[in-house]
Amino acid sequence: MKRHLVSTADLTLDDALLILDTAEEMAQVSTRAVKKLPTLRGRTVVNLFFEDSTRTRTSFEVAEKRLSADVINFSAKGSSVSKGETLKDTALTLQAMGADAVVIRHGASGAPQRLAESDWLHGSVVNAGDGTHEHPTQALLDAFTMRRHLNPGLGRDLNGRRITIVGDVLHSRVARSNVHLLHTLGAEVTLVAPPTLVPYGVESWPCAVSYDLDAVLPKSDAVMMLRVQRERMNAAFFPTQREYSLRYGLDAKRAAALPEHAIVMHPGPMVRGMEIASEIADSARSTIVEQVTNGVSIRMAVLYLLLGGSEPALSPARPAESRTTEEHSK
Amino acid sequence: MTSYLIKNARILGGEPQDLRLKDGVIAEIGTYLADDGATVIDAEGLIALPGLVDLHTHLREPGREDAETVLTGTRAAAKGGFTAVHAMANTFPVADTAGVVEQVWRLGKESGYCDVQPVGAVTIGLEGKQLAELGTMADSAAAVRVFSDDGKCVDDAVIMRRALEYVKAFGGVIAQHAQEPRLTEGAQMNEGTVSGELGLRGWPAVAEESIIARDVLLAAHVGSRLHVCHVSTAGSVEIIRWAKSKGWDVTAEVTPHHLLLTDELVRSYDPVYKVNPPLRTEADVLALREALADGTIDAVATDHAPHPSEDKDCEWAAAAMGMVGLETALSVVQQTMVETGLMGWADVADRMSRRPAAIGGLTGQGRPVSVDEPANLVLVDPAYRGAVNPDSFATRSRNTPYRGRDLPGRVVATFLRGRATVLDGELV
Repeated sequence: MKRHLVSTADLTLDDALLILDTAEEMAQVSTRAVKKLPTLRGRTVVNLFFEDSTRTRTSFEVAEKRLSADVINFSAKGSSVSKGETLKDTALTLQAMGADAVVIRHGASGAPQRLAESDWLHGSVVNAGDGTHEHPTQALLDAFTMRRHLNPGLGRDLNGRRITIVGDVLHSRVARSNVHLLHTLGAEVTLVAPPTLVPYGVESWPCAVSYDLDAVLPKSDAVMMLRVQRERMNAAFFPTQREYSLRYGLDAKRAAALPEHAIVMHPGPMVRGMEIASEIADSARSTIVEQVTNGVSIRMAVLYLLLGGSEPALSPARPAESRTTEEHSK
Repeated sequence: MTSYLIKNARILGGEPQDLRLKDGVIAEIGTYLADDGATVIDAEGLIALPGLVDLHTHLREPGREDAETVLTGTRAAAKGGFTAVHAMANTFPVADTAGVVEQVWRLGKESGYCDVQPVGAVTIGLEGKQLAELGTMADSAAAVRVFSDDGKCVDDAVIMRRALEYVKAFGGVIAQHAQEPRLTEGAQMNEGTVSGELGLRGWPAVAEESIIARDVLLAAHVGSRLHVCHVSTAGSVEIIRWAKSKGWDVTAEVTPHHLLLTDELVRSYDPVYKVNPPLRTEADVLALREALADGTIDAVATDHAPHPSEDKDCEWAAAAMGMVGLETALSVVQQTMVETGLMGWADVADRMSRRPAAIGGLTGQGRPVSVDEPANLVLVDPAYRGAVNPDSFATRSRNTPYRGRDLPGRVVATFLRGRATVLDGELV
């Protein structure tokens, strides 16, 4: 694996499967009475959050503590961009304090890559969401959740599984990371959104695009609903919340069109009644709470692989070559 | 005053000849000229061009002397082969009064490295609402003829119309920064496949093209002169070509970076590539080169935009827009236009000296390299190859996109009215 996790586009199929498989091992730890491994004892991990995100920060913090890392939460909200301390000075400070890894959430697209490629600090950089660019650990936990439901088993990918991502793709870092990763894992991705919320140049992405949710749902093995912020309608991305819900919201009637085995996902936080009806969010096919649990396992796996290096986590790490081609092709 | 005898220079790339510079003019051109006590410069293999004229330079003084001053900026200009620059109006305070343009003009006189022709703001404070005192700036010692709110677009159609009409009284021209503001709110880079992937808000080509289309029609309607700053898209080229075919009085410039670099470079998120208008696509670059070669685009203008390191040593969204360009402009033109076979050295002289001087109304610049003309000259070594080293720059800032990049050509000497400002590649 590389030293940083900035974009899912950087992950090979082997990298991605190694993370998913390692996360399965980490998930076992989380079911024990004592949910702790000594792997990162003595290593310092800084959660550098320039944006509020209680959910993501807490998930990383739990993962770090379960690996016995020394955890520092550095909330830098409002300290960069235009006033106060710069990203560079913050990074130099963390470097001087001996951070082994920095988990960064930043409102500016590209800030984690900047950090990783600068000489401002030498530790590993984990992108915890940057602007409207990427959110790789979210995509990994989504893929982990999909694999458990759609093709369970170590070493397996998502070959041929049909994944539909619905909503504000334009402003979504989750969608971008998912498109790259799901493509790498062999899934067939379809983005569904009003044309105003589809990024310019999407034709070059490894996925299909549709404006018609009803046409796509019967052919979906998983449907992922993205949050749609109400204020988008003020910038004329769509006329009203009501119309958005009518055309792109997942209500009970639409959900009934899904194949029986299909799962409903949401990266959170949800706007109930906007992009997803409560009865669907709380239904048996919803994996929304499970995704949160899986997030901890994935983040443990990522930190372990970036920082723990060659030492096996639980059992000896299985070399990638040991996967059978049969498994691979499923 | 020192007189110079330049031996075996290839004027506009022609056969080697000797030039004698004396009393501020080119006194003699021929072969085997006697030195007659002149300082002899061996120009074997060097090209002689008329001193370059930049229509678009940000000298930052007054107000941002941490980025550039008139002195450091004109030293950079001389090193780049320029003998005249047009100083843009977006200073602090804005150059929207006779007082400020005269201050910049006077600082230019004192620097002595090249002529500094101030550009006046079109509207007070560049705010696009009320016309600045254009006539007073025209009548001032700075004799302003080019007016621009550069950095901002004169987006109000009525204000633009009035400005175009008003400057006819004193032979002025409005240089428009074409950027529809609503289409570019928060824009970070060219809107295209790369911006979609990087999650950076797009600056669509239509935001430039729609303003240029409106402005050429306005200029035609009121019978006035329009100059379009830093044209960056293939679509803009088509509109300007159409306007010129109608016989309308429209001129345009392109920057060196838009002739060479594309938005693919933004994938690094390195703000050294952040500039306004943004780097576009390969197709745009090729269209701009073609337009410069066929004369649709009249001039190369640097849009030299110095920024202190802290404004670039940060995340993309927080970074300032702009690149320094005076000291690399000629090399980029050599690489993109001469070495591609699109233009000869005479064309380079036309697009970087004669035409920009004519657009700016500078009578003593952009003249032919011939006897009795002002001795504004640059000697270029076209065979030179080397990596750009910003540490050697004369500009106060280092925000170049070419650090470490191999570019051809090197300015060996620059003469301003017979006086050397650069010799052996070093400032005099």
